[in-house]
Amino acid sequence: MNRVVITGMGIYSVLGKNKEEVKESLFQGKSGIGLDLRRKEFGFRSSLTGIIERPDLKSALSRRMRVGLPEQGEYAYVATVEALKQAGIDQVYLDKNIVGILFGNDSSAVPVIEGWETMKAKRDTSLIGSGSIFQSMNSTVTMNLSVIFKLKGINFTLSGACASGSHAIGIGALLIKQGLQDMIICGGAQEINMESMGSFDGLSAFSVRENEPQKASRPFDRDRDGLVPSGGGAAIVLESYESAVKRGATILGEVLGYGFSSNGDHISVPNVEGPQRSLEMALQQAGLKPSDIDYINAHATSTPVGDSNEAQSIFEVFGSEVPVSSTKGMTGHEMWMGGASEVIYSMLMAQNSFIAPNINFENPDEFSAKLNIISKTKQHTINTFLSNSFGFGGTNSSLIIKKL
Amino acid sequence: MTKDEIIKKVNEFLVDEIEIDPADITPEAELKKDLGIDSLDFVDIVVIVEKTFGFKMKGEDMAEVLTLAAFYDYIERKIAA
Repeated sequence: MNRVVITGMGIYSVLGKNKEEVKESLFQGKSGIGLDLRRKEFGFRSSLTGIIERPDLKSALSRRMRVGLPEQGEYAYVATVEALKQAGIDQVYLDKNIVGILFGNDSSAVPVIEGWETMKAKRDTSLIGSGSIFQSMNSTVTMNLSVIFKLKGINFTLSGACASGSHAIGIGALLIKQGLQDMIICGGAQEINMESMGSFDGLSAFSVRENEPQKASRPFDRDRDGLVPSGGGAAIVLESYESAVKRGATILGEVLGYGFSSNGDHISVPNVEGPQRSLEMALQQAGLKPSDIDYINAHATSTPVGDSNEAQSIFEVFGSEVPVSSTKGMTGHEMWMGGASEVIYSMLMAQNSFIAPNINFENPDEFSAKLNIISKTKQHTINTFLSNSFGFGGTNSSLIIKKL
Repeated sequence: MTKDEIIKKVNEFLVDEIEIDPADITPEAELKKDLGIDSLDFVDIVVIVEKTFGFKMKGEDMAEVLTLAAFYDYIERKIAA
């Protein structure tokens, strides 16, 4: 079995457009949340959202490469460029070697809607244009990036709701561990537009604390009232240890364990047992005991039931001592991307010896009171961390990663 | 619309929207061979022509339109019709 290491990371999120900006935001406990007031015109309960600027890729990519790339694909592209650069991978290497790509993505709403609007107005599908089909499929991110970077290895998108990005890293790690691939670009991407979020808003799942946008996402806090949708792109270069050593690459971390489970329960209401099994499996796969974990990056999205159940799961497996924070207080819920971005956030903390704060955690509830939740930036040595991601349908993913 | 206006509009969208290098735009240039316009680009050109000139190009019409000069002529004929 191969050891699986991380040699590159890239991030484009509401906390910053690269690792350096994001690290600074994490350290300062800066919120990336704001209001998109146009949502009110369309009947949203909440106009709260992560705020992000779309990158201008006109000088970086040809028209044909841009035409099929939707919003979240642009974020993923920028993150991938940063990750490959850190890993020391250029186009010559990609041309000569088998490199794969696995991203988590679970929607692409805008091109579908725009295509349908054209059909309604023109009654003619040939006036939709060439990019819509490539933008609208769930596999849009890997479909586009594999062509842009001329990749020759495994190539597909993984849709596992809000655990998509985490599962993509987990499955990528398994393929490398088995010796089926030497290098895979793994990650997650999430569109942030209004069109993709209406139906989720309709479930009354979003915070309505619109008078205090930066206090709206408050994981584990007693007064939380829902999540804040957000998005961006995150990319990680996963590689076999042998490949990294052979290339002389700087090894940043090692994927030690991937735990997964399904709740076998409700479609949207999480439970305690499912996540607990995922946590225990990750520890077992890593060959570690709970006390070996220096930090847990919780999934906690600021929903009343989800955070309570995760707090119970963590308490059952880890007890009260391990430091826990949910970076979603700052980022909002990055959904399909969150499992990948939160690995990068945790790696940045580990590399810089601090725990980013679970901002807005002011008063615990019955269950979060039992955890060691870090609400202010704390200097702390992190050698090994665990990152949780859970999603609709009861899909759970837990990754254990060691800084090297 | 005069022929000169048609040529100006076509050249503009080829440069601005299809991102053809202006230096490559000559009446003799072949759409596929010289300008690199592929089958997916043609799908987008159908959309642009409909917006710009108000008629719907058909794939079979384009079979005999090899050069840019022929493309200008084709648009002129369609508008006149």
